Amino acid sequence: MNTPFNFRLTKFPNEAEILRHEVREFLSDALKDIPKETRAETWYGADENFSRKVGQKGWIGLNWPKEYGGAGRSSMERYVILEEMLTAGAPVGAHWISDRQSGPLIIRYGSEKHQKELLPGILKGESYFCIGMSEPDSGSDLAALRTKAEKKGNIYLVNGTKLWTSGAHRCQYMIALFKTSQEEDRHGGFSQFIVDLSLPGITIRPIIDLAGRHHFNEVVFEDVEVPEDMLIGTEGNGWNQVTAELALERSGPERYLSSYILLQELVNEFSNKNDDEGVVEIGRQMSHLTTLRQMSVSVAGMLDQGENPALEASVVKDLGAVFEQELPNIAHRLMGLEPDSNGTDFQRYLAILTQISPSFSLRGGTREILRGIIARGLGLR
Amino acid sequence: MVSETSQLLSDSVEKIFSDHVTKDCIVSAEKGEWPENLWSEVVDNGLNLVLVPENLGGVGGTWFDAGILFKAIGRYQAPIPLAENIVAGYLLGLGGITYPENSIITILDGELDLNDNKLSGVSNRTPFGNHSTHGVAIISNNNKSKLVLVPILDSSISDDKNIALESRNNIEFRDVEALNIVNVDFNSDLILKIGALMRSCQIAGGLESLLNQSVRYANERIQFGRPIAKFQAIQQELAVLATHVAASGVAADYASSSMDNGGDELAIASAKSRVDDAISVCASIAHQVHGAIGFTYEHGLHFSTRRLWSWRAEYGSGTYWAKILGEKAVSNGANNFWPSITSGKI
Repeated sequence: MNTPFNFRLTKFPNEAEILRHEVREFLSDALKDIPKETRAETWYGADENFSRKVGQKGWIGLNWPKEYGGAGRSSMERYVILEEMLTAGAPVGAHWISDRQSGPLIIRYGSEKHQKELLPGILKGESYFCIGMSEPDSGSDLAALRTKAEKKGNIYLVNGTKLWTSGAHRCQYMIALFKTSQEEDRHGGFSQFIVDLSLPGITIRPIIDLAGRHHFNEVVFEDVEVPEDMLIGTEGNGWNQVTAELALERSGPERYLSSYILLQELVNEFSNKNDDEGVVEIGRQMSHLTTLRQMSVSVAGMLDQGENPALEASVVKDLGAVFEQELPNIAHRLMGLEPDSNGTDFQRYLAILTQISPSFSLRGGTREILRGIIARGLGLR
Repeated sequence: MVSETSQLLSDSVEKIFSDHVTKDCIVSAEKGEWPENLWSEVVDNGLNLVLVPENLGGVGGTWFDAGILFKAIGRYQAPIPLAENIVAGYLLGLGGITYPENSIITILDGELDLNDNKLSGVSNRTPFGNHSTHGVAIISNNNKSKLVLVPILDSSISDDKNIALESRNNIEFRDVEALNIVNVDFNSDLILKIGALMRSCQIAGGLESLLNQSVRYANERIQFGRPIAKFQAIQQELAVLATHVAASGVAADYASSSMDNGGDELAIASAKSRVDDAISVCASIAHQVHGAIGFTYEHGLHFSTRRLWSWRAEYGSGTYWAKILGEKAVSNGANNFWPSITSGKI
């Protein structure tokens, strides 16, 4: 008996390595004036100006088919762009979700109208999407969500509340999962909608996180009239559509590189010290980073082959979160410096990453949910 | 990535090991018996020659192929020096030396000296030394290295074993005439490096067997009226075990294939460090899930865990290799850190 996992080594094609150099060159210029804190936030950091520049380079939708305005290149090439941006601390947050999952969802399930009207803005780095899944009484238990979309003539009338919606305040659209009918199957009766966030009846309220940042929101829908043609995919098929998105959402380099900057800073700090403990710990973390990267790249390769690596993606996300959550603790243990938003570069990185690290194993599927998925893959449930 | 050779080797080793590496086979090997049937099957199928070049009568396979066999050894706990013979075959091939027929070759390591073609000194904790007919060594002197093949039969051999009861013999050589001596442009660090690769793959395989045994046991063992696999506490633990098993497999594969692409230390050092970390987590969970039965000699879980606890210290522990990685990273500097990860070279 072998393991249920299908990880296999995947190499970057030559084009990807050429692209890597282009990206590094672009970033060395584009990031000159980005402050340290923003760099430490990586994909929590949003800068619309930067996103437009990335769009101009043709680096959003890189792996989308050409007929949809993409560059028709491989997921491996897209991977290179992502990992280079994350390790450089680029503020990719504005376009991140649209590039990663909203665009691909529209290509896969959207109507011609959706595609013609929405994809060009995404590709230019001007049109931003957020994900409307969690609700006040529906976190890990997504199927418990209650926001209703009732068909009334040629509109759906939406009432309810979405919670923890990252970036809703700077997005034009939300791709939301609503209840369109009551079914016996608790995964039935869901549908996905593209919601224009400027519609009357939508209120977006900030929720300030523990670090004092405005990142996520509460989005309230009161008798919002969503045109019927903004339903995406098939009515009642929302659950399956959402599940398919998750492999895209869970395996990328953003799932293990969130605290990368601390590791690089530790290398810097220990370059001038004769300290075996620090050097050994840096080496250990390199071994974890190297391995996670190979695992994550392997999933990108599977996606390119049209496979469904949902199980492998959960493994990457769980291990990745443990890794990136541990780095602030390791940095603390080795350096013994207080995290300080007004301190040295190292202290500022430590300040932001120490505080945001709890979210790494919550966002995009909690640790417990992921491990439940893995347990199912092992045949335990 | 998986070539036809890889697939054939994989099928062949699975067939041989599932037929021959029974619990009885492992238990008698622990008592000192040589598993002749198993070994002759392995040799008849040429598995020991996977890294011997074709022009020297071998399979001419890749390190990735060898890695498949190394992992199988760990997964089945095969009590034979197949990994060591594969590595010996590779070293002999580098020196253009023909792999002697009907031989069992081990890797010598220790304070060894060559005088007039005669080898003296002690090879420490030599894997399966008491079962081996030959030893291969790299002897370095004044920045010059020689690859040496010597017979073992005449030498004095201790009867030491590791805690998995695999022989790890001290072998004393007193002016033993070498069969072959070849000047080479690498030194004994190569043995440390490919030894680490070999053990990393074996460990990755051993970890897989921990997962498989634990999942099977959790589905069979009934407590509180249901299989313990149905308890979330157990499911979450086994999921953690599985993530480390998956990571170890990938780390080992990456290391094997990096040997096929020039053999930079980054991937091999990473692999040994990564799987060492995995052992701490996985052995603990596997034993915990098995409860008291897994702590008995009667139950086979320990055939895996005792090997893992032995192998992790051989050819450099995880800490040893982490230090090498860390030293190189800090001497290369922070600006070169990410490029070294993406290029796979440090």
